[in-house]
Amino acid sequence: MKKTLYDKLWDTHVVHVEADGTALLYIDRHLVHEVTSPQAYEGLKLANRKQWRVDSVVATADHNTPTRNWDKGLEGIEDQVSRLQIETLDKNIKEFGAKIYFPFLDKRQGIVHVIGPENGATLPGMTVVCGDSHTSTHGAFGALAFGIGTSEVEHVLATQCMVMQKYKNMNIEVKGKLGLGVTAKDVALAIIGTIGTAGGTGHAIEFTGEAIRDLSMEGRMTLCNLAIEAGARTGMVAVDEKTIAYLQGRMFSPTGVQWDQAVKYWSTLQTDEGAHFDKVVSLDATQIQPQVTWGTNPQMVTTVGGKVPDPLLEKDPVQREWMQRALKYMDLKPNTPIVDIAIDKVFIGACTNSRIEDIRAAATVAQGKKVASNVKLAMVVPGSGLVKAQAEAEGLDKILLAAGFEWREPGCSMCLGMNEDQLSAGERCASTSNRNFEGRQGPGGRTHLVSPAMAAAAAIAGHFVDVRTMA
Amino acid sequence: MEKFIRKEGLVAPLDRANVDTDAIIPKQFLKSIQRTGFGPNLFDEWRYLDRGEPGRDNSARPLNPDFVLNKTRFEGATVLLTRENFGCGSSREHAPWALQQFGFQAVIAPSFADIFFNNSLKNGLLLIQLESKIIDELFTETAAKEGYRLAVDLEQQTVSTPSGRSFSFEIDAFRKHCIMNGLDDIGLTLNHADKIRAFEAKHKVAQPWLFS
Ligand code: SF4
Repeated sequence: MKKTLYDKLWDTHVVHVEADGTALLYIDRHLVHEVTSPQAYEGLKLANRKQWRVDSVVATADHNTPTRNWDKGLEGIEDQVSRLQIETLDKNIKEFGAKIYFPFLDKRQGIVHVIGPENGATLPGMTVVCGDSHTSTHGAFGALAFGIGTSEVEHVLATQCMVMQKYKNMNIEVKGKLGLGVTAKDVALAIIGTIGTAGGTGHAIEFTGEAIRDLSMEGRMTLCNLAIEAGARTGMVAVDEKTIAYLQGRMFSPTGVQWDQAVKYWSTLQTDEGAHFDKVVSLDATQIQPQVTWGTNPQMVTTVGGKVPDPLLEKDPVQREWMQRALKYMDLKPNTPIVDIAIDKVFIGACTNSRIEDIRAAATVAQGKKVASNVKLAMVVPGSGLVKAQAEAEGLDKILLAAGFEWREPGCSMCLGMNEDQLSAGERCASTSNRNFEGRQGPGGRTHLVSPAMAAAAAIAGHFVDVRTMA
Repeated sequence: MEKFIRKEGLVAPLDRANVDTDAIIPKQFLKSIQRTGFGPNLFDEWRYLDRGEPGRDNSARPLNPDFVLNKTRFEGATVLLTRENFGCGSSREHAPWALQQFGFQAVIAPSFADIFFNNSLKNGLLLIQLESKIIDELFTETAAKEGYRLAVDLEQQTVSTPSGRSFSFEIDAFRKHCIMNGLDDIGLTLNHADKIRAFEAKHKVAQPWLFS
């Protein structure tokens, strides 16, 4: 039978199936961070259970960690509740063990979805889980990756398995070539704008087509990161030479004979010609423009040349009400051109866009320019210590600092503002993160999702601007 | 986990689509390392007029009188009626915990986000998917009649209205069994420990690099 990539990954991990199709799926890699794990470890302790396979766990602290004052160590964490959560992770890892742990202040510490791939802890053909919805990111490597809740974290720790039903297969094909200045982020937002935030619910998405093959591994991670915002718990891209080239020589990548063996197997991780997809969506890459969200959900998106839509033109009353509520929250008037929207802050970072390529894109736009005077804060937060070191080696930090950006320590930062990096009520932010929900970046804060190049361009202009038109 | 077979309770209507997990329980409450105490901060930014912080006494905070859960007629509600794609966003299990600890036992909507769906059922918070048309009717009936209640029967897989109408809903047999019997997933899975070990041995031969 012809199989999709998802079928293959699924089939090679099924341990047991119940009569109604509920399966036990074996998990190869379990990424752990401080927010969704404490109650899981506590559950294990209370039930007197052990971890099934210690060497499947890779852990780091990222959500609560500060992006400044690292020289003060733990004392630099002002919020005592945050600090307790970070210390609790330390304690749990010490007690239960892990393959590797990159604690707060470690030079390889960073956002869990950045450190997995960059250390070769995410490999093709793996099943990967993490107590975080953006685990879909790891699907960029031809892996099957799911975000899970805390009960599931505990379940995987104790049994190395997930209880789940198989999803349907969905193919999102992006044909043709992307225009200059159009990035993976724009592709992802354009897809969500097309199919909606529930468009992929119940499906495993495979991204295919020339535009996807053309993306770098960083770009593919950005794309798969946003699969969850399209409602799909998992998104993936088939393995090719880029995947393999990226992994060679990483900390946990196989070596020697095992590398050759692995490469041989990984090269089979593609959908068979003619395999069946339950749902197919096709986009024309040449038509995709830089995207900017205008509302409080990633589906509320338009092109930089577009306008804030008019809810009165929406026929469905539930949708109309939803749009009106969003515009009220965002303090935007219908028909305002996107380029007329001025911003207060800029955030370049998050597991969506905090990799080296993203920082290069921002620095390219910022080179020789200055952040506009109406912009109170433009911050760049690298995804990990390794990304930070690489960017500094390339001199990108200097370019950004000279332009007036702040250059911070790695972590989730203002993507969700669990640390002190937050928007104040009413502030408007051009952000490279993945969620523009009400209050996401700080209570009352207003988020517009964009690519790193578009965020940097907005910082320079003080309002949204088509990066392709900047000299 | 508490058993769920049949429950009947007051309905609160939350007439919004795409309610995300950041709205259900804002991030500052995720700093807790406990599994309980989230109920008072359910929908925190909608329910209160000021900003909530973990550890604060919520009883002294100013309530938003316009928010549906603050209306006296919905006090003590155990069934939440809402719109499509409820629970979209993050994987935080604090969302179903907060709903449950507030007092909700069931949520009825046209659709739910996948991770939220799993997280809820693992905690015995029953999520019931009904057609949009039926949801519209239930919203109308809830608005029309003070004290409107619905009965949820998991065994029969039905939701029944006071006038005796009944709608059936789908649920996987395995999940239904777990919720009805209040079973612990981990214990059930560990019954297959031999199978897991056998799989592992085979997997190690096929992809040894995953184990080195
Ligand atoms: S960067 Fe944002 S989306 Fe990514 S893991 Fe951190 S908080 Fe979640």
